[in-house]
Amino acid sequence: MFYRECGNYKDSYASDMAIFPIPLDQYGFIIMMIFAFLVIPLTASDYWLSNIMIPFYCFGLSAIGLNILAGYAGQISIGHAAFMAVGAYASLILYGRYGIPLIPSILGGGLISSAVGTIFGLPSLRIKGFYLAIATLASQFIIQWIIVHWQWVSGGVFGTVETPDMQIFGLLINTPVKKYFLTLGWVVVLAIVAKNLVRGQLGRNWQAIRDVDYAAEIIGVNLYKDKLIAFAVSTFYAGISGSLITFCYYGAANIEEFHVMVSFALLGMIIIGGLGTILGSFFGAGFFVLLPIGINQVLGNFMAVVPSEILSNLEAIIFGGLIVLFLIVEPYGMARLWHTIKDKMRLWPFPY
Amino acid sequence: MAFFFEVLVTGLMVGIMYSLVALGFALIFKASDVFNMAQGDMSLLAGLALVGFLELNFPLWLALLCTIAIMTVLAYGTVFIVLKPLVARPPIMLFMATFGLAYMIQGIGQSIWGTQAKGLNLGIPDIPVTIGGLFLSTFDLTFGAVAGILVVILVWFFHKTRTGRALRAVSDDHEAALSVGIPLLKAWAVTWMIAGIVAVVAGIAWGTRMGVQFSISYIAYKALPVLIIGGLDSIMGVIIAGLVVGAGENLSEVFIGPYVGGGIQTFFPYLIALLVLYFKPYGLFGKEIIERV
Repeated sequence: MFYRECGNYKDSYASDMAIFPIPLDQYGFIIMMIFAFLVIPLTASDYWLSNIMIPFYCFGLSAIGLNILAGYAGQISIGHAAFMAVGAYASLILYGRYGIPLIPSILGGGLISSAVGTIFGLPSLRIKGFYLAIATLASQFIIQWIIVHWQWVSGGVFGTVETPDMQIFGLLINTPVKKYFLTLGWVVVLAIVAKNLVRGQLGRNWQAIRDVDYAAEIIGVNLYKDKLIAFAVSTFYAGISGSLITFCYYGAANIEEFHVMVSFALLGMIIIGGLGTILGSFFGAGFFVLLPIGINQVLGNFMAVVPSEILSNLEAIIFGGLIVLFLIVEPYGMARLWHTIKDKMRLWPFPY
Repeated sequence: MAFFFEVLVTGLMVGIMYSLVALGFALIFKASDVFNMAQGDMSLLAGLALVGFLELNFPLWLALLCTIAIMTVLAYGTVFIVLKPLVARPPIMLFMATFGLAYMIQGIGQSIWGTQAKGLNLGIPDIPVTIGGLFLSTFDLTFGAVAGILVVILVWFFHKTRTGRALRAVSDDHEAALSVGIPLLKAWAVTWMIAGIVAVVAGIAWGTRMGVQFSISYIAYKALPVLIIGGLDSIMGVIIAGLVVGAGENLSEVFIGPYVGGGIQTFFPYLIALLVLYFKPYGLFGKEIIERV
C-alpha cells in the first residue's frame, strides 16, 4: 500500500539513477544503517559482536568480491580464500614489520592481493569455464605453498603470525566494539563502492561478458581489460576482507583459516545468497555464519551437549542441500526472493 | 640412474591412482557436460561404505556389492532429483549443483559411518619386490594392474556393448541421441553409476593406502590437473596425463624439492596444467571446440 512508485516523480537525472528510487527503501536503508552503527554496538554482547557480526561482515565483503568476479563477470574462481590469505599476510607484514599505520596497511594488503590476483587472472584471457575454474584452484595451492615455505612471508612456524596491537592515531583498538566499528567502516564504504561499480559502465561490461562474451566484444567491450579489472577488484575485496578477519577476528594469520574449503564455502555463499547481486553476498555470508549457531540452538533443545561431529555433518548436509535447492528452485538465490517479496508488496493489498 | 628410475616408476604408480579418480570426472563430463565436483566425495563415500559393511562382518564380495548398490542409488538419485530439473540450464549451474552435492555426500557419509580415519585391509601385501633392479611395492603394482583392467573393461564397454554405444551417442550429441530414441536421463544415470563404480575402485585404492578418511575427497583436487592435461572428455588422455602428473610430481619433489624447501608436489601438477593450458587450451587429447575467448 505504501511501497510503490506512485507519486514518486523523478525530476532530475540524479533521482532517476538513485540506488533506492522508492522512499520506503531509502528509509529502510537509513534504519538499517542506524541499526548497524548504533543499536548493535550498544545492545549486542561481546560474543555476538566478535564471533558473529565481525565474521559476518568479513565473509560478506569477501563474498562481494567473489560475486563481482563470478556473479557479474562470469569468471568462476575456486581459489578465493588464497587471496584472503595474501591480504592477511601482506597487511600484517606492512603493519607489524614495517610500522605503516593500520588503515594504509589494510589498504596495502588489499592492493597487494589485487596485484597477485591480476597475475593469477591472466589465464582468463585464454581459457574460460571449467578450465579457468581449475586454473584458479592452482592459485590456491601455489599461494598456500609460498606462505608456508617462504620464511620471509610467514616469519614463523607453519605460517602463523600473531597480530600486534592495533592502533589508529594512538587509539588502541582492543575491545570488540572498536573492532566492530573498524570492520563495519570498511564494509559500508566498500559495499557502496561495489554497488556503484556494478551499476556503472564497468559493471555493465562485466555482465555483457558474463552473458555472451563474443557479443560483448562485438559491441566494443574490451574483454581482456575488463576481465583483468574484474580479477583485480575481486581480489582487492578478498584481500581487505582477509586482513580484516585476521586483525579483528582470528587474532593471528594462520594458513589453515584460508583453506580450499573456505574458497568452496564462499562459492556456496554467493549461490545461496544470489549470484550477481551485492545484497545477496551479505545474505549468503549471514546464512553461512549463522547456520552452525542455528543448528546448535535447535539441537540444544534435544541434547545437553551437541557433539561437534554431528554439528559439522549437519552443517555440510544443510549447506549442500540448500545450494542444490536454490539452484533448482531459485537460481538467483535469497536476493531474488527478497525482490519477489518487494514486488508482491507493491500490489498489496489490492492486486490490480 | 637406478634411483632415478625408481622415483620415476613410483611416480607412475601414483599417477595411475590419480587417473582412477580423474576417470570418473572424464566419464561424467563426456556424457553429460557436467563437471562433477563431487567425484572425490563419491570415492570417500564408497570407501566409508565398504569399510562400514566389512565391519558388519560381511564377506568382501557382499560388501562390494552393497557399496556398488549404494553408488547406484546415489547415481539415480543425483540424475533424477538434482540434474533433471536443471537440464536446460547453463553448464556452470550444473557445476555448482554438483558442488552442493559434494557437501551433502560428505555430510551424509560421515554421519552414517563416522568421521574418524579407518584402516581398510583387503589382504594385499605391501612388500617391496625387485623387478629388473628396481624396488617396487606389490601394492602399487596391484593397483596399477587393477586400473589397467578397469580401463580395458571401460573401453570395451563403450565400444562393443549396446548400452555403451548409446552412452557415446549421448555424449556426441544430446538431441540427435534423443531423436533416435535413447532416453537421455537414463543414459546419464548409467554414466553416473559407472563413475560411481570407478569411485569405488578409487576409494579402495586410496583407502588402503592412506586409510579411509576425509582427506580422500582432497585426492580429487590432485586429479583435477590430470583432467586438464588430458582433456576433460578423453579417457585415454586421462590415463596418459595421470602418468605424466604422477611421474612429474614425484621427480620434481625428489630432484627440485630440496632446493626450494620441499612440498612442491602439492602444486607442481597445477603448474604443469597451467603450462599445458597455455599452449593447448583443451588439453592434450580433449575435444577442441573452436571458440574465441
